[in-house]
Parts: sequence; C-alpha cells; structure tokens
Amino acid sequence: MPEVVTATLIDLAIIITKIVAFTFMVVLPLVPLSVYFERRFSAIIQDRVGPNRVGIPLTLFGAKKDFHLFGLVQPIADGLKLFLKEDFTPDHVRKAFYWLAPVLTVVPALITVCVVPFGPDVTLFGRTEKLVIADLDVGPLFIFAISSLTVYGITLAGWSSNSKFPFIGGVRSTAQMISYEICLGLSVIPVLLYFGDLNLNNIVQEQADNGWLLLPFWTDGKLSLPSLQTTLFMIPAFIAFIIFTVSIFAETNRMPFDLPECETELVGGYHTEYSSMKFAMFFMGEYAAMVIGSALIITLFLGGWSAGFGFDEAIANFSIGDFRIGGFIHVGIFLTKLLVFILFFILVRWTVPRFRYDQLMKLGWVIFFEAALINVFLAALIIAAPGMASTITVIGLILLAVVTAAIIWVAKVSEPPAKVLRA
Amino acid sequence: MPSYLFWLFATIMLIGACAVIAFRNPVSSALAMVTSFVGLAALFIGLSAFFVGVIQILVYSGAIMVLFLFIIMLLDLKDEKRRTESYLPLVAGLSLVGIFFIQLIGVLSNKLPNQSAPILDKATLAAAAGDYPEGSKINEALTNGKLPDVHLIGETLFTQYNLPLQILGILLLVATVGVVVLSKRQTN
Repeated sequence: MPEVVTATLIDLAIIITKIVAFTFMVVLPLVPLSVYFERRFSAIIQDRVGPNRVGIPLTLFGAKKDFHLFGLVQPIADGLKLFLKEDFTPDHVRKAFYWLAPVLTVVPALITVCVVPFGPDVTLFGRTEKLVIADLDVGPLFIFAISSLTVYGITLAGWSSNSKFPFIGGVRSTAQMISYEICLGLSVIPVLLYFGDLNLNNIVQEQADNGWLLLPFWTDGKLSLPSLQTTLFMIPAFIAFIIFTVSIFAETNRMPFDLPECETELVGGYHTEYSSMKFAMFFMGEYAAMVIGSALIITLFLGGWSAGFGFDEAIANFSIGDFRIGGFIHVGIFLTKLLVFILFFILVRWTVPRFRYDQLMKLGWVIFFEAALINVFLAALIIAAPGMASTITVIGLILLAVVTAAIIWVAKVSEPPAKVLRA
Repeated sequence: MPSYLFWLFATIMLIGACAVIAFRNPVSSALAMVTSFVGLAALFIGLSAFFVGVIQILVYSGAIMVLFLFIIMLLDLKDEKRRTESYLPLVAGLSLVGIFFIQLIGVLSNKLPNQSAPILDKATLAAAAGDYPEGSKINEALTNGKLPDVHLIGETLFTQYNLPLQILGILLLVATVGVVVLSKRQTN
C-alpha cells in the first residue's frame, strides 16, 4: 500500500532529521565550543588573554585586516591540527582494543542525547512533534545505563596501551566510575519519587507548570508561594542536587576528580599512548559526557527547557500562521542554561584543586552514599506525610534522626586517628 | 518489535555468546559477553519491557562485567593454552546438549495454551485499565494506550510480593556486611 509506505517514510525522515539536528548540529558543535570557553575562561581566571586571534583570515584575500571574531574559529583550527597530525600506534599495544577504546568513549555519550528533551512539542505543516529524539518512559535510567558503558573505553584504553601509567589510569577510572554510579543512582531517587514519572519530557512539563524543583515559586503557571510540602521537599531536593552534581563531575572525569588522567602522577593517564584523532576522540567523549551531564542536571533540577515564572505556556503557544514554533524558543532557553552550566563546570575545574585518590573514594563511599540513602528516606517521609497519621510521621522522623546520628557516629569511629606529623 | 530487528539482535546476542567461549583471551571473552548482554537488553526492549532491558544494561553490562574486566586485568591472565584433548568431557558435554535438545523438542511439540504474546494495542491496554484504581498513574497511562511498565513492576513488587522483597533486601544487606567483615579480617 503506497499510503502506508509514504507515512513510514515521513516518520523515518522526521526521526533522521531529529537525530542529525540534535546530535550533530546541537550537541557535537557544543564540544569544540566548550573547549574554546574552557581556554578563554581559564585564561581570564589566570589573568592571561587566551586564544583570541584565530578568526577569518581576510588578509589572505587582500583585505587590510583580519577579522578576529574573538578567536571563535580556534576550535576549528585545533580540530584541523589534530586531524593532520601523525597517527602513531606504538608497537607494544594490543591493537584491536587500542582501536576500539576511543570509539567506546564517544559513542555512549552521543547515544544518550536521544532522551534529552530539548523543548516542548512544535506544530509544523499540521504535524505535532516533540523536540526529543526518543520519548522513552525510562529516560534517566536509559542515560545512566548507556553512560555506564563509557567506562569500557577508558578501561580498555588503559589496559591495551600495555604500559604502566595508562594501566593505573584505567584501573582508577573503573573503580571511580563504579563507585560514583551508585551515588548518582541513589541521589536521583528523591527526584523521581517527587515527580512519580521517569519520562524526562513529562518531568520538565511538570516543572514548567508547577515550579522548578529548586525554585518552586509558581503553580499552574501563576506566581505563588509553594505549599508546605513543596517547601519541605526543597531540603532533600537540594541535598540530591549537590550529590548529583558532584557525582556527575566524578563520572565525567572532570577536574577535581580527574584522577584517571592525573598528569602529576600518571603522565597523561589512560590516553598517554594515544595521538592524533584517537586522542581527540577521548577529548570529545569527555566533553560530550560533560554536555549530557549538564543537560541531565538542568532537566531534573532546574526546569529543563522551561523559562519559568509562568511564561512557558505563552512561549510554547507562540505561532506564526499555522506553525506553532514556540518550542524552538524553548530550545534556545535550554541551550542558554546548558552554556551557563558548562561555564560552571569550567569554573570549578580552574578553581578547585585535585583530590587525592583515597579522599575521592572516601567522599563517594562514606559521605555521599550514606547521605543519599538517608535523603531517600527523608524525601519519602515528606511525600508520604499527608497520607499518614501524624504520630507515624513523628515516629518516622525520630527513627530517621536516630539512624542518621548512628551513621555519623560509626563514620567518625571507624576513621583512623590522624597521624602526628613531626618535623 | 518488527521481526527483522528481532533477528538482528538475536544474531548479535548469539554471536556474542559463542565468542565468549571461542576467544582464548579472557578480556575478549568478557567483552563478547557484554555484547551478548546488550543484545539481550535489546530483545527485552522489543518486548516492551523497557525497564528490564535498561536494568539489564545498567546492572550486567555496566557494573558486573566491569568488575569482571577489572579483576581479569588485575590478575594479568595470559591467553589460555590449548589443553590435550580428552574424550570424556566432550562426550559428557554433547550428551547434556542432547538431553536439553530432546527436552526442547518435547516442549515445542506440545500445543501450548497461549503461543503468541498478547498484542499491546490501545484497546487491550484500555480494557486492562479497569483493574487499577481510578485516578492512579497506571490507570491513566493504560487508558491513554501506553504501557507503564515501570509503574506496573513497582505495583506488583510492593503489593503482591512485599514480604519476599523485604526478606531479599535483608539477605542482600547481610551478604554485603559479610563481605565487608571478611575483607577487613584479611587486611588486619
């Protein structure tokens, strides 16, 4: 039947357009852009100038002056340099895994793009389409699952390089990523309990209507003070936000936690033996993971594409003729928030010194793991309180306080006494 | 799921599974196993069991196999040597395969009461919505023709199997504490 065939073809075309548009025209260009921001921002922090020269070389075409463009063309020059460098494969590596590893770091990061909601639905040519590649009902879990495969890339890179320092880097990254995945998963449970939904698009829609999780100052699109329950829930929400953000830093191997590639100890870490485009792939994977991590934080805690303060419905229904294209304005809002968050990542990288490895493990297993567990119970108590008798709520609170005190006490007791340093 | 996707992922899974035993290098075997798990997860997702599929990747491919790989790398195992062939294990293995094959034929030759999976179209789902209280998330999703598999799993676990779930939780906790105690004793 030709009609069915055309319908399938149109669906297929829409899916491919979405994939190309969001993955290759939004997220992938953000990677070199964040490298540029990283270099300029770090330069500002260290009172340098940074790359501000590479622009459009008008002098080549006979003009008097080059057009500098704030050095925005620098990432293209960097990329070109990496492409043209000699791709050297050392003799002592395990070839197949050595080639596989860079791919395994980039691909998962790009696959996770498919559940990130970039905006609400738009209507074009009489078709209503959601601005998300795959509107899955298990959004955050899907991102966790696929990004947990990234660890293979780093581990294999370390192992296949067949030399000491990369191997230590690979082993470190395995332990680090598994540890922080647990904190990541546990810290997000209160958020999912609150929304009662695992569809990221619904979560953002809910936040657009009733206030962002960390900023609940409007209900049903009108500014108002939050209810008592929502106000109380800001406590577990804020704890969850802190644990989640720090865990994302650890998962993406960003600065205070970049032990797998710690230059002072491990030369270059897991990518010591890599050169040219293979090295660039690790670089790309790291930045893509950072972009997706920021997108997830924004989506869960800071309202995703929503502008907030009751403007969302008006923006979403903005239309020219029959085309309801307000969704694209929301994409702009989302990308703005994303850029702000990427700048925050960069700011942290250039201000917080690197952790020691045992400090990192202690932070993950002793502090965050317990805090996230207690946070789950606190959030559940706050959510369930209106439906329970007040005595049960009070008993629950007392129990929670006792358990918290016990955990803090155990953590204090099990800590080895500090060694006395003598000169 | 369209049948060609089923065949694609089933092939990936089977190739991965065969590669686990065919490779001589333990790291290659571990990676082949990951491939097999990913194929299996895709099959679950094809059966509309999104939650099970995603958890399959998250737990098995993302955590357990990473630990396997971690230990293989730390032990620095060499490629397995070819051992001298002896016929007894071969015969035993083949006869086991034969027994399972006969059992499979026995199962497949019987007419099963419900051979095809129910089609999850809008009408079936909306009809099932009546089993759940009015206004609940499950009811709402089913009425809209969506399968709320995460909510359904949660509902089943926490109402029908609440006690076994809690017993399992305590069992896992005891096992975890046991591991910590054992490893602490070894270091002291």
